[in-house]
Amino acid sequence: MAATVSSERDTVATPVQRAFREALYAGVISFGLFVLFIGLRTDQNISNELILVQRWGLLAIVVGAVAVGRFLYVAYAIPAMERSKAEKAAAPAVVAEPGFIKQNFNKIGATVLILYPIAMVLLFGFQGSLKWVDNFGIQILIYVMLAWGLNIVVGLAGLLDLGYVAFYAVGAYAYALLGTHFGLSFWILLPAAGAMAAFWGVMLGFPVLRLRGDYLAIVTLAFGEIIRLVLINWREVTNGSAGISGIPKVSFFGLMSFNVSDPNYIAKVLHIAQSGAYYKIFLYYLALGLCFLTAFVTIRLRRLPVGRAWEALREDEIACRSLGINTTTTKLTAFATGAMFGGFAGSFFAARQGFVSPESFVFLESAIILAIVVLGGMGSLGGIAVAALVMIGGTEILRELDFLKAVFGPDFTPELYRMLLFGMAMVIVMLWKPRGFVGSREPTAFLKERRAVSSSFTKEGHG
Amino acid sequence: MNATPSSKDFILQVEHLSMKFGGLVAIGDLSFQARRGEITALIGPNGAGKTTVFNCITGFYKPSEGMITLNRNDGSTYLLERLPNHEIPARAKVARTFQNIRLFSGMTLLENLLVAQHNKLMKASGYTVLGLFGVPSYRKASAESIELAKYWLEKADLVERADDPAGDLPYGAQRRLEIARAMCTGPELLCLDEPAAGLNPKESAALNDLLMGIKATGTSILLIEHDMSVVMQISDHVVVLEYGRKISDGNPQSVRTDPRVIAAYLGVDDEEVETVLTEVGDEDVIEQLDIGPDAAHGPGNSASMMAGPVSDTVEHGDEGERVTVSKGASKAAQVDARAASIASKPVAPPPATKSAPAAKPAAKTGTAKADTKKPATKAPTKAKGISNRLDAPRGGKADSLIRIKGIGPVNERKLNEHGIFHFDQIAAWKKADIEAAEAYLAFDGRIAREDWIGQAKTLAKEVAAKPATGGGRK
Repeated sequence: MAATVSSERDTVATPVQRAFREALYAGVISFGLFVLFIGLRTDQNISNELILVQRWGLLAIVVGAVAVGRFLYVAYAIPAMERSKAEKAAAPAVVAEPGFIKQNFNKIGATVLILYPIAMVLLFGFQGSLKWVDNFGIQILIYVMLAWGLNIVVGLAGLLDLGYVAFYAVGAYAYALLGTHFGLSFWILLPAAGAMAAFWGVMLGFPVLRLRGDYLAIVTLAFGEIIRLVLINWREVTNGSAGISGIPKVSFFGLMSFNVSDPNYIAKVLHIAQSGAYYKIFLYYLALGLCFLTAFVTIRLRRLPVGRAWEALREDEIACRSLGINTTTTKLTAFATGAMFGGFAGSFFAARQGFVSPESFVFLESAIILAIVVLGGMGSLGGIAVAALVMIGGTEILRELDFLKAVFGPDFTPELYRMLLFGMAMVIVMLWKPRGFVGSREPTAFLKERRAVSSSFTKEGHG
Repeated sequence: MNATPSSKDFILQVEHLSMKFGGLVAIGDLSFQARRGEITALIGPNGAGKTTVFNCITGFYKPSEGMITLNRNDGSTYLLERLPNHEIPARAKVARTFQNIRLFSGMTLLENLLVAQHNKLMKASGYTVLGLFGVPSYRKASAESIELAKYWLEKADLVERADDPAGDLPYGAQRRLEIARAMCTGPELLCLDEPAAGLNPKESAALNDLLMGIKATGTSILLIEHDMSVVMQISDHVVVLEYGRKISDGNPQSVRTDPRVIAAYLGVDDEEVETVLTEVGDEDVIEQLDIGPDAAHGPGNSASMMAGPVSDTVEHGDEGERVTVSKGASKAAQVDARAASIASKPVAPPPATKSAPAAKPAAKTGTAKADTKKPATKAPTKAKGISNRLDAPRGGKADSLIRIKGIGPVNERKLNEHGIFHFDQIAAWKKADIEAAEAYLAFDGRIAREDWIGQAKTLAKEVAAKPATGGGRK
């Protein structure tokens, strides 16, 4: 605003002089803007009359802050930025050797994840670790699994799916219904739930084969809602909004149970103290195992012809057809594979909660999973895992920030602001890294050396 | 498929191919063959329908009519118009490239070539199931596919950049990569859509080498190209299209000297265009000519065969349903007309000169379509069986036959060629005459159905009642 001074005077004035002048302008303009907004406030007195409250002190603080801010920005911040820019330009271009962490990111990540529950138990004890293993560890891993599943559909095949939560729901309800009615074990129901979800993935895939882009997104969105509405209204089977409770716990491969009343309860078998943490830690490793399975299959699939066909489909569907690739089956396999991992995650979710209801499968879940995929960088497993950590872990950690109450007063509940902060964080990340945390793409085959493909060449797909 | 022994010499046979988009005829009744092991070039001006032919052959369009037969080297035969899009490369072994390059730009060169071997690798990986567990047979197939990719990268002179993204390549290299990718599908017929477009002379020469190398491996090539240096140097056979029809077909030398091809590409002289357009009956041209009367360019000093090529697409089929390019747009057709006019001029000077003055008043009243200058010389050779034909219209001026419902300008011209100029002539037709007329106009029973005779009788009476007002069009 205040930068409308002519360039002639710029050349004459020193930065401090110019900053002083611009600070003055900024102060005047902010005074003009805020005099009615902040300086005066309408209120009601006891006798219900409208009165004008004058807040000149607050106005002075705001105007002063603007003027000082402008002064500091023009006098010191701008010259400093220009100096650093000039230095960077002058310095010879050095190819930055990727650091140790960057080089071994996957190995370090896997090690950290494996050691995480042990560290938590050591730090907080069995009872104290519950929160950290369950709310953070398992919760994040479920979303990692979901996002990696959706990554196959959106990131690799380039088919925008806004109804992914439907497959999550199918997996969860498949587990819940078969588990409660037939008492089948988790290890049978896990593949069954995956197969069921994959089946529904193909069911969704067939009608939307001809659709692309926005149209595909709308239809998948509708599909997600249909599944949720069926779950709510088909009371005889799904018990409607009340949901299904009493879902059997996962057993330790049938050898040990986590139910205190059972004769083979883990504490009794191993002669250790009774604690609910065992089950959570077991579930954590189970989720981690499922995540590793998802990652392994995804990495393998990418190097197989079908995975290359998915990526080729994302790049150019017409060229795919000219090379003899059956785009119909390719799209359907992408839907089915993505849905299968959604089903795995769903059945795990049901086993962990012990209760499912349609409330867990709203559109917001789809949006969050998609946001994780986009934020992490479509197609990159590492980036997506980090994005899940940031997004899910970030919202969970806001619950823990009790000290904020000291700053903003006892009424302040940070959880209520988590979605706001979440949105702001996403906007900032997308401005800073438009293609997500990891925008580049790892080639699936190479002749001489594996070089990452820059995000400027990859396409997002047309649907 | 009743494949005759000779058909085995041709890898591709296109018969009576037509492609219509709504009312627009992109390809009209096109037939040609591509010999096995040869480079066949498909050339023509912009909008001639070359790419549409390609899209029909490679299954991106389903042709409206016609048959496209592909004879594979192993003797099997495929009807391409019946195969689904993706099965044409997979089973019939036809690969193609695109006019606007379609590479997988975010994938490396090597990956691009591996995607092209999808079907082979899918089988080797047991449709993913075996490949997921990394069975040795898949590993072997995978290594072989990389070898094949490497072979074609070397051929295309791109092996140095195998691990770079395809989108990072310069334009000429992208063209070569697209050809290499098509070759990785193991095609027997390679269809290239303008491979030399946008290449500099050096790149163009490199492309020629690459194509000759591909030809040497026994792959037949069908090529769309604008760059005549490429076409003339490497092709064995050239098919020339204009406005969806074939105007020439032969070896490069014969095509190069074909006046119709030259006209299609270079156009004809302005004077010739005017002459021809006048013959065709283009009202704009005639009006322009009338503004500044010019005896030298007056209409009617030649005969016309224009009814043939230009009006073909208008003619057969239901009236008004087809749309075709404006009259006189086809340069090749103009040459046909020119040639015909030269041929007929010495034969029939008297009626031509005689009819010339009569044409002008007719043109002025806006009845340019009334083709008064029809030569008598043509008629006898064609019109057989119509009894009461005249050598020339009475009084040098014909009735406007289009006033009869069912007769359009084209049929009017055809009737005129048969020596039918007046309503009373039609009114006097006997059964045999009707049959003869129908045979020539390719109408079945339409003359009787639409009661041309009855209409002609009433119109003849009208004309008799108030003569010489000119056959104004409704």
